[in-house]
Amino acid sequence: MTTRTLAVVSAGLGTPSSTRLLADRLTTATVDALRSRGDDATVETVELRSHARDLADDLLTGFPNEALRGAIETVTGADAVIAVTPIFAASYSGLFKTFFDVLDKEALVGKPVLLAATAGTARHSLALDHALRPLFAYLRAVPVPTGVFAASEDWAGAGGIDGALADRIQRAAGELADVVGGRPAAVRPADPFADPTPFEELLRGS
Amino acid sequence: MQFGIFTVSDVTPDPTTGRTPTEAERIRAMVTIARKAEEVGLDVFATGEHHNPPFVMSSPTTYLGYVAAKTDTLLLSTSTTLITTNDPVKIAEDYALLQHLADGRVDLMMGRGNTGPVYPWFGQDIRNGIPLAVENYALLRRLWREDVVDWEGQFRTPLQGFTSTPRPLDGVPPFVWHGSIRSPQIAEQAAYYGDGFFHNHIFWPKEHTQRMVELYRRRYEHYGHGAADQAIVGLGGQVFMRKNSQDAVDEFRPYFDNAPVYGHGPSLEEFSSQTPLTVGSPQQVIERTLGFRDYVGDYQRQLFLIDHAGLPLKTVLEQLDLLGEEVVPVLRKEFAALKPAHVPEAPTHASLVATAGGAKDATVDAPADSGTGQAR
Repeated sequence: MTTRTLAVVSAGLGTPSSTRLLADRLTTATVDALRSRGDDATVETVELRSHARDLADDLLTGFPNEALRGAIETVTGADAVIAVTPIFAASYSGLFKTFFDVLDKEALVGKPVLLAATAGTARHSLALDHALRPLFAYLRAVPVPTGVFAASEDWAGAGGIDGALADRIQRAAGELADVVGGRPAAVRPADPFADPTPFEELLRGS
Repeated sequence: MQFGIFTVSDVTPDPTTGRTPTEAERIRAMVTIARKAEEVGLDVFATGEHHNPPFVMSSPTTYLGYVAAKTDTLLLSTSTTLITTNDPVKIAEDYALLQHLADGRVDLMMGRGNTGPVYPWFGQDIRNGIPLAVENYALLRRLWREDVVDWEGQFRTPLQGFTSTPRPLDGVPPFVWHGSIRSPQIAEQAAYYGDGFFHNHIFWPKEHTQRMVELYRRRYEHYGHGAADQAIVGLGGQVFMRKNSQDAVDEFRPYFDNAPVYGHGPSLEEFSSQTPLTVGSPQQVIERTLGFRDYVGDYQRQLFLIDHAGLPLKTVLEQLDLLGEEVVPVLRKEFAALKPAHVPEAPTHASLVATAGGAKDATVDAPADSGTGQAR
């Protein structure tokens, strides 16, 4: 049994927020799916709301402060990421984008990601595929095929959740667990300070 | 240990008055600041090089040549000289001439420059930043060390039988530092040649400084120039002082809040804890600066940034008085007491001449000039 680390990024602004609620549902489903496949999981959740000022500061100073650095390391070091944003003006929220803007551009390469979003109306649902998916394609992450979108009406079913939404959550969580389960545990990228390119190689232009 | 100041040469409005100095005022002020640095007993003055507004320092050797004529003991340096966009042939010529005019009171610091648009103005591309720094510096070294150079590389036209004139003063090229915030290749470059490594150590968390210096020291030893703790390290630092700490904070806050690099972001207090910025009494500056040694080891040069963000000249000169009277004398004594005997001082022209076995006239005699027909 391997213990997988799951980082959950929630960009909801309210407390409580439907974005966080969806993130929690996805997390529970993913942990269950991993367990059913024989893996254990630890979960760390990054609420971007509490890093709103840290993120603005990072944009201006070019470095994350200590609190934000911890959040970044949580996400970049995880075996898989669940990323959930509210949809604003037909796309992810600015806060959500800012977090991924300040990551090192190689930080999520090959990382399995479950994409999810919330909005007041189902008319925003394609934002998942038109906005989030290209962003994670650019980052060369590996989003699972099912994205999970929840509009206000999806929370109206039995147990506060619509049957169709529950199915999408299960399917997406299963896909994420399948991708993660087939991989070795996350390894951090090589440290260029521990193992620098020898200068003779730089001189040769290689 | 050497103490001094470095400037980025920005022309920034004073946020407390809304007035922006003219370029003429800023350039004159920078001469006044350099002369004052010598007067209050500092060792080094370094200027940045920039080719876009709001900066005025496009031609450092013109400026440093003038300062050399107005000073007697001040060591003149750069922070940094753009090894990427300057032709290394021109750097070799300009700084060798400056070295002669300044009687050897010259060293320089190589940097890449981080402003993408500047590169194409000089025929280059920022994506080649590291390869340019590597190739151009390798050529620069040869131009100063070999009288006649045949050379071919990737980034400039080949040289056939080229002699860079004047030859370095006393046959000894200026000492070179390499500055970089977080590119391990540049720490590697400094280590490979046994040159100095300078970390700007302003605007960034100390962890950047620490891991770059650690890498440089380790590789300096690897390349056989001495033990890791004998490598030549310089640091920047940013300070603002008043006798009373709260007065310093109150006076500096509007400059901080509106500063071009970090303004409108973190608070002065947050930035002071996240970066080496120290705003307070001279005693606080002394304590913070002595603490740098805890994460880089014994080092050879400390430069302070004191004249940016629109601070008026009068205030900058008062900062220099405080540095010269209250801060640097204590730091000199304390650092000297802490430094083990086997850790060297930063090389100077005099020490490099001594190492080379004495001064040699390096003049290259040439045959009659085919252009003028004059014989020598």
